[in-house]
Amino acid sequence: MSTAEVVLDVWRGDPSGGRFVSYRVPATEGEVVLDVILRLAATQAPDLAVRWNCKAGKCGSCSTEINGRPALACMTRMSTFPPGRTITVAPMRCFPIVRDLVSDVSFNYEVATRIPAFAPRGAEADGTRRIAQVDADRVQELRRCIECFLCQDVCHVIRDHEENKAVFAGPRFMVRLAELDMHPLDTLDRRPLLRGELGIAMCNITKCCTEVCPAGIHITDNAIIPLKERVADAYFDPVAWLGRKIARRLGRGPSRTQVG
Amino acid sequence: MQMSMPALETHDMDVLVIGAGGAGLRAAIEARQAGLRTGVVCKSLLGKAHTVMAEGGIAASLGNVWTEDSWRVHFRDTMRGGKMMAHWRMAQIHAQEAPERVLELESWGAVFDRTPDGRIAQRDFGGHRYARLAHVGDRTGLEMVRTLQQRAVSLETEVYMECVILRLLTSDGEVCGALGVWRDSGRFVVFRAKAVVLATGGVGKAFRVTSASWEYTGDGQALALAAGAELADMEFVQFHPTGMVWPPSVAGLLVTEGVRGDGGVLRNSEGRRFMFDYVPAYYAAETADTEAEADRWYADKVNNRRTPDLLPRDEVARAINAEVKAGRGGPHGGVWLDIASRHDATYIRRRLPSMYHQFAELADVDITATAMEVGPTCHYMMGGVRVDPDTGATNLGGLFAAGEVAAGLHGANRLGGNSLGDLLVFGHRAGLAAAARCGEVRALGVLDGSQVGTAIAAALAPFGRDEGENPYSIYSDLQGTMQSLVGIVRTGAELRRGLEEIGALEQRLSQVSVEGNRQFNPGWHLALSLGSLLGVSRCIATAALARTESRGGHTRDDYPDPDPAWGAVNQVVRLEDGELVYRRERVPPMPDDLAALFEAAQ
Repeated sequence: MSTAEVVLDVWRGDPSGGRFVSYRVPATEGEVVLDVILRLAATQAPDLAVRWNCKAGKCGSCSTEINGRPALACMTRMSTFPPGRTITVAPMRCFPIVRDLVSDVSFNYEVATRIPAFAPRGAEADGTRRIAQVDADRVQELRRCIECFLCQDVCHVIRDHEENKAVFAGPRFMVRLAELDMHPLDTLDRRPLLRGELGIAMCNITKCCTEVCPAGIHITDNAIIPLKERVADAYFDPVAWLGRKIARRLGRGPSRTQVG
Repeated sequence: MQMSMPALETHDMDVLVIGAGGAGLRAAIEARQAGLRTGVVCKSLLGKAHTVMAEGGIAASLGNVWTEDSWRVHFRDTMRGGKMMAHWRMAQIHAQEAPERVLELESWGAVFDRTPDGRIAQRDFGGHRYARLAHVGDRTGLEMVRTLQQRAVSLETEVYMECVILRLLTSDGEVCGALGVWRDSGRFVVFRAKAVVLATGGVGKAFRVTSASWEYTGDGQALALAAGAELADMEFVQFHPTGMVWPPSVAGLLVTEGVRGDGGVLRNSEGRRFMFDYVPAYYAAETADTEAEADRWYADKVNNRRTPDLLPRDEVARAINAEVKAGRGGPHGGVWLDIASRHDATYIRRRLPSMYHQFAELADVDITATAMEVGPTCHYMMGGVRVDPDTGATNLGGLFAAGEVAAGLHGANRLGGNSLGDLLVFGHRAGLAAAARCGEVRALGVLDGSQVGTAIAAALAPFGRDEGENPYSIYSDLQGTMQSLVGIVRTGAELRRGLEEIGALEQRLSQVSVEGNRQFNPGWHLALSLGSLLGVSRCIATAALARTESRGGHTRDDYPDPDPAWGAVNQVVRLEDGELVYRRERVPPMPDDLAALFEAAQ
């Protein structure tokens, strides 16, 4: 097994400011960037702030920007970099800095509280809730999300526009809303919310979120675009508008309860 | 408080839950649903708990795939898998209530894989008579954590993230709260509550090769012990048979038992399906003895016996260890787990997406084309805080425990799939019991300032030492000791040496020093968890040295057989004047109607 020394430029600092500090760290065949960061902490920089947990790509804690690209440090192989190339590691830029590589991601937890929870219809007569696998598939793709918030980090709507965080929920929550919308048992219609305070119109489908998703979720194609279509159907399709009006006359309400 | 420091940040609540994995969240949900003010404290961000790493599924006798299944069969499987060392009442409650808890999860938004008629599908797993595990591909733990997290958030549960609990606080001998430290600011915080639920998981990080995440440092066991609660069954540590072995960076990373549940088989370097050579007499009657029968069993469980690839984990881990020792291992010291030659690529990628991704991304191995090299990895702590089987109450008033931190359900060896069920069933019950206590306890306990003061002084001490021990090197040395001397196969001599080394590490820990300041300082966080890691490691090694037999997860090379005398007792430990005091307690005898389930099948 071969070991080589790599140069790691790590952002060190706090809310008052910071800079990249260069370290030379040994790296062994088969390692990922997080291995090298943890070795750096254990041998040269014991107070280096880094957030990590499972080191298996399953929890989404070690989100950073590696050579400028949002990525999980635990799933970025060292072998993907040409030998001798300096590797830069920085915290996610979309969120306030706590220290070094750790950012304050509380924005995401705040948005999560604003999304009305799953509200299922009752079970069937035999007590079961039947769902066909083909319907489960669509929801399951979206529920693969590990909440690493890399999609939020890369999203240009909020990355460089702090003010937009108040009016746009970000790709992670479009995934959550799409998953609820596609759930065969859910009874709520969250389109008013999507169109309003969660700001679906602000996404202009550049697909950056899809590119960085470590869970391989087709965020733009399978979550955001279907949601945009649902909102457009509800508010901008004259035929659907007429249909609803007639249904209301006939005393037939919408199949889902509107929220927001 | 008689202390020369500014007033501490304090949060008052009815129920304090420590840990936000499956058990903690489930307990918190129950307390919230009872209308109580409930707080959850977690070491990581919400939703990152070790439960997300669970892969295979939740064992529950829903009977969706095999109508022959029932709680009685599940109960029997659990007891036999645990080598009859489990508390029968916990195994009974678990088997009876797991189906209801799974359906409840579905009503909160979990989307399990389906049967052709649209019900929850169930998969085969080791030691389970029927295909029983409700699952979502091989990411069931993530689905469970996310569902519970979303439920807890919708109930407006208070969540205190990235906060490490340092000490349980007691008043008149009962637990009345906890002292913690915020990881980001390094400031201390006090939580006062009428009931405290421990749900902190295991201690896998004491071992070098482990499937555990960063959080698994035995905090809950150590907190409970220090406060006066008892631990049980500490010698029983589970080594999962299949962890990744290469590259070293990911050695120990879990390879789900679902690979074998879905048809994968183990082979040695000669290509032989060696598990047929390791069927113990205990399981011979129900295990296939030819490859043909084993292969037929997947589709027809009524007329065939199960494949030995799906023996309980202790048996499979020992077999792999023996094959590698005999020189029939792979290039990196593992054996081969082969599903590529047994199913097509579409099936494998659909059933095992995480495994496909994990091997492709981290080891450059395409599991649909070649076999995976795997070996045992530290996976689970069967022992833990001793609890009342019905309520999760400890011997200490106000303190409850649920999930991996608690002992009793799994005995000497846990069956795969029973962990997630454990979290739901006993998280629910601990939440109920904690809520009930809030109805009995009128007021919050009075804080003892000296408890807070000593704990804070101890936590800050490493900053006061300029020249001292590096926490990272103590940690690494502990992992080396536990891996080589207290690991999968043990001997008296090695355990004694292990205890000496733990003693030396405890000395070094008293001299540990950390650099930098208190703000998000991982070196300090590690130093704070070393006390728990070392304390729990000592409990494991001491209990393992005393148990002079081999049973379940505890294998002694110098006592290779089970000893009926030892089979009748659990070891219980508590702290008395700073010393660990062990006693043997008779395994609770089960009532006749349950005992009959075993006699009938013999």
